[in-house]
Amino acid sequence: MTTDVHQLDDGAWISVNDERRINVSDLWLLARQDVCDCETSDFLVEGFAEVGVDHPDIQARVSGRCITCGMEGVTGWITVGRVIDPESGDFSPVDTASVHIPDRRRRLARPD
Amino acid sequence: MPTKVENWKDEVYGSEIREHLMEFAAEGWDAIPEDEHDAWFERFKWWGLYHQRKGQESYFMMRIGTPNGVLEPGQLRVVGEIADEYARGPVDNPEFGGAYCDWTTRQSIQLHWIKLEDVPEIFEKLETNGLSTQQACGDSWRNIVGCPVAGKDKHEHIDAWPVAADLHETFKGNDDYANLPRKWKVAVTGCDQGCGQGDINDLAFEPAEKEVDVSGGAGGSSDGSDGGETKLGFNVRVGGGLSRKEPRFSRSLDVWVPPEQASDVAAGMSALFREYGDREDRFNARIKFLVDEWGPEKMRSVLQEEFVDFELPTAGENMREHYTYNAGGEEHGDHVGVHEQPDGNYYVGLDVLVGRMGADDVLELADLADEYGSGEVRLTQRQNVIVTDVDSDRLDAFLDEPLLETYSPDPHPFMRGSIACTGTEFCSLSIVETKNRQVRYARWLKDNVDLPAGVEDFHIHLSGCTASCAQPQIADISLRGMKTRKDGDPVEALDIGLGGGLGENPNFADWVEMRVPADEVPGYIRNLLATFEAEREAGQTFREFIAERDEETLQGLADAEETDYEDPYMHNTKMTWYPYADEDDMDASPAPTDGEGESLAPADD
Repeated sequence: MTTDVHQLDDGAWISVNDERRINVSDLWLLARQDVCDCETSDFLVEGFAEVGVDHPDIQARVSGRCITCGMEGVTGWITVGRVIDPESGDFSPVDTASVHIPDRRRRLARPD
Repeated sequence: MPTKVENWKDEVYGSEIREHLMEFAAEGWDAIPEDEHDAWFERFKWWGLYHQRKGQESYFMMRIGTPNGVLEPGQLRVVGEIADEYARGPVDNPEFGGAYCDWTTRQSIQLHWIKLEDVPEIFEKLETNGLSTQQACGDSWRNIVGCPVAGKDKHEHIDAWPVAADLHETFKGNDDYANLPRKWKVAVTGCDQGCGQGDINDLAFEPAEKEVDVSGGAGGSSDGSDGGETKLGFNVRVGGGLSRKEPRFSRSLDVWVPPEQASDVAAGMSALFREYGDREDRFNARIKFLVDEWGPEKMRSVLQEEFVDFELPTAGENMREHYTYNAGGEEHGDHVGVHEQPDGNYYVGLDVLVGRMGADDVLELADLADEYGSGEVRLTQRQNVIVTDVDSDRLDAFLDEPLLETYSPDPHPFMRGSIACTGTEFCSLSIVETKNRQVRYARWLKDNVDLPAGVEDFHIHLSGCTASCAQPQIADISLRGMKTRKDGDPVEALDIGLGGGLGENPNFADWVEMRVPADEVPGYIRNLLATFEAEREAGQTFREFIAERDEETLQGLADAEETDYEDPYMHNTKMTWYPYADEDDMDASPAPTDGEGESLAPADD
């Protein structure tokens, strides 16, 4: 089956296959991010600006604010979960307490 | 490329949603195909139903649109009875009990815990009594707001109530304007105090005088012509709004319109929005962004050339220099109190703390409105209620009624000025708990903080997120939901802004303290007001005090600190199924439930 992903309620949720799975209002730790100069940003998720699929990953660009330095902005693409069984559509969200790296694939491809 | 929401709207939207809604209601919650939940929940908004947040599946918030906040005789009782019978959830709210009504900042009514299966009966009862949920949410004409005492106000130049009622009749259920790129908020004001808050609406009609040709030609742009007569009508403004950290005051369109043509200009403006609004990016869809892009002059010329068939007169002489509503002074911060109407009767504005009233109290108020007034009750943009048409001979007896000890016409300023949105109790967008917290704030401040001499009107607005439903940017103290860490743990916090207000020179609050732990906010306010009292010039208002200080000074005005205020909602209330349940883990939620409130969730092994 195809995986249906979209924002809901003005970006307050990411819905995966018509189930609200990822919500705003949590703090996420972001490393190698562009919003601020903090080595690791303690980032309040205030909204999901865009969502997309890079199979099997579900990704989003997240708007919010680093609560350490106060800078606000929109992150690069962050993996927010993975469709673990494309046939059934089973989805596993990332552990939001772990450290996330926006644009990981692109950044790891760089020599520096 | 149109958004997914636009695609859903292309398939089914507007009045036709009702037929599907009724089918689902007849068959029960499970009848909505799981892979169509999001599409249907988006569509149901058009009929005033907003699916509650995660952990509360199958329950809906129901919004009833009452134009200009007017509840005609008998209607308040209907609302109270519906709340009492249908708006009950699995767990009571510790402050407000098991059934309650919320009066909103847009003069509407919100009920919670509504089950899909009950919608047909509720609709029938509402509509039989002249009420409706139609277009209370969704991408179309929302509830029309205005001066809540239109037609009963000594400061009035035009009775705006018939105009608002006409717009309501014209545009509710009108297929031509049913599917707009985004919400469309309209204000109509006829008084000279600015009570309609046109500055923060998408489209605003504000009172203005214009010299027009005696021939009466509505299109007569006859500035200075001999034989002209001065006529009262409205200047038109567009593009105001507070949401998404992108607040805008509405901008003058340089158009004047007589009352009888307000509907034509409103039709033209909403058609312009329908055709040119951004349907590819919902974050850029509100008309304020189109006004940013085009400017008022282009907006006017496109309106003239493509959407109206008469010549638009230029703007008349407005009354904005007289605007006192929520202006930061002491003249007219709200409609609370006893006020004489032009007919010699009185209207009595009652303070409803954070806009929430238990169903029993609603029913008692309906009785009192019948007994002492005409039965009419009005809702204000400060989440309060007004009983109108109270005979002078019966005024004292009304004021002696026990219910008015709770909903006072002469409340303490901290109770009077407290506004809060829905918050994480029910709302998907909110970052923090709001209503119960603001109740606790108001009580603590009343008991522990002395306002400086002469300060009778002081606004503290708490909004759980940047959607700004509590209108925080136009308060003396603006509170907006945030998170921070305290002792390493994530806690609910608030950004604090100061010095917002409307009036002749509207101003959005300056955000000066960020990410203050929620339990330290009352201490901050206490310290801030002590500084204000110590440093203010004689007679200086709080807003004036803030306005004359630069950003750096404002940031040093006061410190946040813990006090004996206790906040039971510091944890992540959004990740509970209901913040006030004894067992509040998401896994403990009974939702979804069936029409009887019985859990449909599979039993544990």
